[in-house]
Amino acid sequence: MYVYDQYDQHIIEDRVRQFRDQTRRFLAGELADEEFRPLRLQNGLYIQRYAPMLRVAVPYGLLSSTQLRKLAQIARHYDKGYAHISTRTNVQFNWPDLEDVPEILAELATVQMHAIQTSGNCIRNTTTDQFAGVAKDELIDPRPWCEIIRQWSTFHPEFAFLPRKFKIAVNGAASDRAAIEVHDIGLEAVNNAAGELGFRVSVGGGLGRTPIVGSYINEFLPWQHLLSYLDAILRVYNRYGRRDNKFKARIKILVKALTPEVFAERVNAEWAHLKDGPTTLTEAEVERVGKFFVDPDYKALQDQDAALAQLDAEHPGFARWRQRNVVAHKKPGYAAVTLSLKSTGVAPGDVTDKQLDAIAELADRYSFGEVRNSHEQNMILADVEQARLFELWHELRELGLATPNIGLLTDIICCPGGDFCSLANAKSIPIAEAIQRRFDDLDYLFDLGNIDLNISGCMNACGHHHVGHIGILGVDKKGAEFYQVSLGGSSGRNASLGQILGPSFAQDAMPDVIEKIITVYVERRTEDEQFLDTFRRIGIEPFKERVYAANH
Amino acid sequence: MQRIIKNDQLVDETWHLLPKEQTLDDLCNSDDLIVPLHLWLDHAHALKARDGGLGVWLDADEQVEEIADDLAHFQVIALNFPSFTDGRHYSSARLLRERYGYKGEIRAIGDVLRDQLFYMRRCGFDAFAVRADRDPLDALQGLKDFSVTYQAAADDARPLFRRRQG
Repeated sequence: MYVYDQYDQHIIEDRVRQFRDQTRRFLAGELADEEFRPLRLQNGLYIQRYAPMLRVAVPYGLLSSTQLRKLAQIARHYDKGYAHISTRTNVQFNWPDLEDVPEILAELATVQMHAIQTSGNCIRNTTTDQFAGVAKDELIDPRPWCEIIRQWSTFHPEFAFLPRKFKIAVNGAASDRAAIEVHDIGLEAVNNAAGELGFRVSVGGGLGRTPIVGSYINEFLPWQHLLSYLDAILRVYNRYGRRDNKFKARIKILVKALTPEVFAERVNAEWAHLKDGPTTLTEAEVERVGKFFVDPDYKALQDQDAALAQLDAEHPGFARWRQRNVVAHKKPGYAAVTLSLKSTGVAPGDVTDKQLDAIAELADRYSFGEVRNSHEQNMILADVEQARLFELWHELRELGLATPNIGLLTDIICCPGGDFCSLANAKSIPIAEAIQRRFDDLDYLFDLGNIDLNISGCMNACGHHHVGHIGILGVDKKGAEFYQVSLGGSSGRNASLGQILGPSFAQDAMPDVIEKIITVYVERRTEDEQFLDTFRRIGIEPFKERVYAANH
Repeated sequence: MQRIIKNDQLVDETWHLLPKEQTLDDLCNSDDLIVPLHLWLDHAHALKARDGGLGVWLDADEQVEEIADDLAHFQVIALNFPSFTDGRHYSSARLLRERYGYKGEIRAIGDVLRDQLFYMRRCGFDAFAVRADRDPLDALQGLKDFSVTYQAAADDARPLFRRRQG
C-alpha cells in the first residue's frame, strides 16, 4: 500500500497543528459555533445525538495491520471499545470527547492516517473495488489512481467550499463493485483501440434526496489528463452549482438542469484551458505511486480445489462459509476472504477493539499485513493461501467474524440511524436486527441467494437504500418512526434505483413486510433466478398486492 | 483606520469600498475607489477619466468574464464572500491570475476569516480585508497553516509531483 514520504507526512502533521488550534479557539470562544462547524466537518467531526462522532479516513478502504492496531487502541482509550465501518469505507468513532480529538488526530498521524475531508462540502474519500489488485476480472489496479486523486483532492485550495459534498469512485474491473454510477464522478478504466489506458467518466450520479444514476460525459479520457479534467468538472460545479438550496446543491442537479450534453460542453470549454498544463500527469508520477501497489511476495501455488472440496464434504459450515465469504483470486492457490461484520445482534459494520487487534494479527499471519474495508461494511483479507482457509475459518469463528452471509439478505448495509445520528428520522439498527432475527435459518438464506438489503435512517441515504434490491428508508410520520420500502435498486453495472412499494410501515411490521416480499419472490422465481431478476421480470405489482392485502 | 493584510503584512486601508447602490454622483475625483461591478459596466468611461485609483468588486454571483477585457484599468479587484462557506470566488481568483494574467491586487472582502486565508492565497488573493470584528493580526497566522501543498495553483504552477525530490 502507499507509504507516506516526508511531504505527505508534513501535510498531515500541519493539519494536526491546525486543528488543535482551531479546537482551542472554539473552546476559548474565539470561534463561533457556525464558524467552527465547517472546519470540524472537514475533519470528519460531527456533533451527534449523544457525543461527537469522528470519521477517520481510510483512503479507498485500505489499511495496514499497524493502522488497525492504532484504531483498536483509539477505540479502547477514547471510545467505548468499538468502531464502525461506514459505507464510504471509513472508520467512525461514536463517543470521543471533542477535547480529545486533536490528540486522536496526532495519534493517527503517527500511522499515516487522518480525518481530512471525511465530511463537509468538499471532495470526500475516493472509493473503489474492495477486491482491487486481486480480482480476476481486473483491467487495471485502480488503487494508484485513487491515491493520485487523494493527493490532488487533499486541501485542494479551490474546492474546499463547494456547494455540497463531492464523491468520486474508481473502477478497474469488468464488474462494478465500486458503484461508480451513483457517485458525483465515476471513473471506469478503459483501453482504446490502440491499447492505451484512459477513463470513461460519469458525472451526476448520487443517492440522497434526489437519487440519480450518473451520465457518461466522456467515453475516453487519456490517463495523462485525469487531474486537469477533474479540475475542469469541479470548477464548473464550484462556479455554477446551486447554493441557494442545500437539497438542490449536488452536482447531479446542475447536470440535470443543463442536460449532460451541455454540462459536458462546459467542462470541455474549461478543460481546453487546463489541458496539457502542469497538472498533466507524468509517467514518472504514475510509476512512483504504482510501485506501492505491486503484487506482494506471492508463492508459486496450485489451486486447492480437491482438498477444499474434501473439507467441504466433511464440514458443511466451512462449505457454507467458503461459498459466501471466499472469492477467487487472480493468483493460483490464493483466495480473498470477507470477514462478516453482520452477525445478528451486532450493529452492521461495528467491530470491537479486540476484534480489530485480532484482525490485525490475522492480517499479519495470513494476508501480508493488509486489510480492506468494503462499502458493504465488511472487512477483507485479500491474499489468503487456499491451503490455510480451513485454519483461518476456525480462527474467524472464534472471533465471531465468520458468519457465512456475504451478499445474503442478512448482510445488511445500514447507517447508524436514530440511535446515534442527529439527522436521522428513524432508527435503523433495530430494524436490521429484527430482520436478521426473522431470517435466522441459514439454509433458507442460502436458498434465497443474493439479496442486497439496505437501510437508511433518513433521506440522506447513508445506508444506500435506493440501490438495495430491497431498500428501507426511515421516515417521520407525525412524530412517529415509520419505514418506507423500495424494491429493485442495484448499485452494480447498469445501476438502477428502487421503486417505492407504497405507504410506509410501523417498526413492528417490518419483519412481516420483508417476509411477504421474500415469499412472493420464492413463489414466482424460475429456477436459479435471483431476486433482482425476478423483480425486473414481474415488476412491483405482485409484491404490492401481497404486502398491502387486507388480512383475512 | 481599518487595517488589511497585504502581501502577508498589516497595512492601513487607503481604498474606499463603494456599496452596490452607489451612483456616479458625488464621487470624489482623487480618492482611491473600489466600485461595484454595475457602476463600472455602466460608466467605464467616466471612471477611467478620474484622477484617483480605481478598483472593482464582484459579488459571489458575478463572473470574472465580465471584466476580463478591462483588467488593465484596475489596481484592485475585490471579490466578495457573502459567507465564508461560499467558495465561488476561489475559482474567480485563479481565473484572474492564471487565465487572464492579472497582476494587480486581488482582495478578499466580506466574511473573510483566518481559517480560509491559506486557501485564498493559494488561489491568487494577495490582500485580505478580514471581517471587522476579528483581529487581522491573529488572522495573519492563518497564512502559515501548511508548509507543503499537493496541487498546482496560482501560487505555484507545479503540482507536488513535479516538485518532489527523493
